[in-house]
Amino acid sequence: MLESVLVANRAEIARRVIRTARRMGIRTVAVYSDADADLPYVREADEAVHIGPAPPARSYLDAAAIIEAARKTGAAAVHPGYGFLAENADFARQVIAAGLTWVGPDPAAIEEMGDKIRARNLMERAGVPVSPGSREPLSDVAAASAEADRIGYPVMVKAAAGGGGIGMGVAATPAELHAAFETARSRAERFFGSPEILLERYVERARHVEVQILGLADGRVLALGERDCSVQRRHQKVAEETPSPGVSAGLREQMLAAAVRAGQAVSYRGAGTVECLVDTQAGSFVFLEMNTRLQVEHPVTELVTGIDLVEQQFLVAAGQPPSFDPAAVTSSGHALELRIYAEDPVRFLPGPGTITEWAEPEGEGIRVDAGYQAGNTVTPFYDPLLAKLCVHAPDRERALERAAAAVDAFAIAGPKTNLRFHAELLTSPEFVSGDYDTSLISRMRPS
Amino acid sequence: MAEVRAEMVANVWKVVAAEGDHVDDGDTLVILESMKMEIPVLADTAGTVTTMHVAEGDVVQEGDLIAEIS
Repeated sequence: MLESVLVANRAEIARRVIRTARRMGIRTVAVYSDADADLPYVREADEAVHIGPAPPARSYLDAAAIIEAARKTGAAAVHPGYGFLAENADFARQVIAAGLTWVGPDPAAIEEMGDKIRARNLMERAGVPVSPGSREPLSDVAAASAEADRIGYPVMVKAAAGGGGIGMGVAATPAELHAAFETARSRAERFFGSPEILLERYVERARHVEVQILGLADGRVLALGERDCSVQRRHQKVAEETPSPGVSAGLREQMLAAAVRAGQAVSYRGAGTVECLVDTQAGSFVFLEMNTRLQVEHPVTELVTGIDLVEQQFLVAAGQPPSFDPAAVTSSGHALELRIYAEDPVRFLPGPGTITEWAEPEGEGIRVDAGYQAGNTVTPFYDPLLAKLCVHAPDRERALERAAAAVDAFAIAGPKTNLRFHAELLTSPEFVSGDYDTSLISRMRPS
Repeated sequence: MAEVRAEMVANVWKVVAAEGDHVDDGDTLVILESMKMEIPVLADTAGTVTTMHVAEGDVVQEGDLIAEIS
C-alpha cells in the first residue's frame, strides 16, 4: 500500500480524501494557500505545506510548488481531488516523472477525455451515443454559424477544454449564436487557456444523468450506478440523487453498459464519471463528457453501494484489487446530496464572509462533507462550496423527508448560504414528483 | 450624482468604463469576480463617470464605492 499521499486540493475534498487515507494508514500531507491556513483540512493532515498566495494560479494551480511540497515531505503519491490540477495531463506527467504515484488515470486518458471534441469522436467510434455536434473545433463565428445550420438550432456552445459550466451558452437563433460564441471564446481563453469552441444540439427537456465507473488494476471497468444531476443553476449542479427517478431499468442498463465501453476505450484506471444527457421525451441518452477524476457528488454512490470510492482510488493506484467483490455490487435505498453554497438563495450570487456559527445536522443516514467550521473565513478566491449535505434512506420519499429535516437543522451564520433554496427545492412539487429536468431551477426562479 | 457600490466581497477583474466616459443606464462599469463567477456591475442611471474608485486587481468589500456617475 502507499505509505503517504499529498492531497493537491483544499477544503471539503481535501478533508474527505484525508479521512480515508488516515483510515487506511496512509500518512497525509495537505497544501494550502494564504487564504486557507485556518481551514480544518490543514489541521487534520499529518503535515501541511504552505504553497503560495490566495489566487489559485499562484497556489493550487502551481504544479512546481506542489511537487516541491511532495519532495520536501517525502510524500509517495499525489491525490488531486477535483478541479484545479485534477484533469491536467501535464501535471499528472510531472508527478509521475518526479517518481511519485499519481492517484488517477493514465495521463493519456485525461488528455483524450479532456478535449470535448476528441472525446466525442472517440465515443462515437466506441459505440457510445453522442448528440449531433462538432467533429472539429470552430475558429470563428462564420464557421460556428455554418455548423449550427448543419446541426440545427437550438445549439449549446461550449469550450472544448472547458468544464464547470463556465462560458456555456444556448443559442436559438443566429444572432444569439454570435453573442454566445464570443462569450464562450473569451471565457475559454481566460479560464482554460484554449479558445477552441464546439457546438452540440441542445436538448430542451433533458436530465443530466451520469454513471460512476471504476477501472480496476487488472484492466476491468465497472459501472457503479448512476447519479441524477439535473438540479442546476448556471449549468452548475446544486443537488444530486441516486437512483435517478427519471431512468427506467432498461435505460439504466444501456447507460451503464455504454459507460463501461467509454472507460474501456481509454483503458481507464481508477474512479471516473461518464456524464450523459437523457432526453426525457424520447427516453434516450447521449454522451456529454467524461470527468477523469473523483466527482464532487461521489458520496451518494458511496451511500447506496457501501463502497468507499477514495479507498478504491488508492488501491487501484497501488496496483491492488478493490476492497469489494466486483461481481456482488448491490445498491440499497436512495441517497441525495445538497450542495451548500455561500450564495444568496434567490439570485445565487456569491456571498463570502466570516463564519460566526456552524452547526451540522447529525443522525441516522446523514453525512456532511464540510470544508469549513465556525471561525473560518470564506474568501472570494475559490468556488462557493461550503459543504455537501448527504442523506441516505430506504426509499426516495423518506430520503426527501430526512433531507428536509437536515436542512432545517443545519445552522450557518456569516456568509450568505443557499440553505433556504434547498428547503424550497425539497418541497417543490416538480422535484418531489421526480419528474424534473435541468430547467427546474429556472422554473422555480423565473427571471 | 449616483453612487455605484459593490454587492459582495469580490476581486475587480476588469474596469470597463473610464472617468469621463458617458454611460447609459444598464452599461457595464466594471466586472467583478467572486467564487469563480463573473459579476458585471452596471450603471443604474445615464450620465458621466466622474470618479472610478477601483482598479483591476483590487479587492472590494460589500458596500464599497465602485464609481460615481453624474
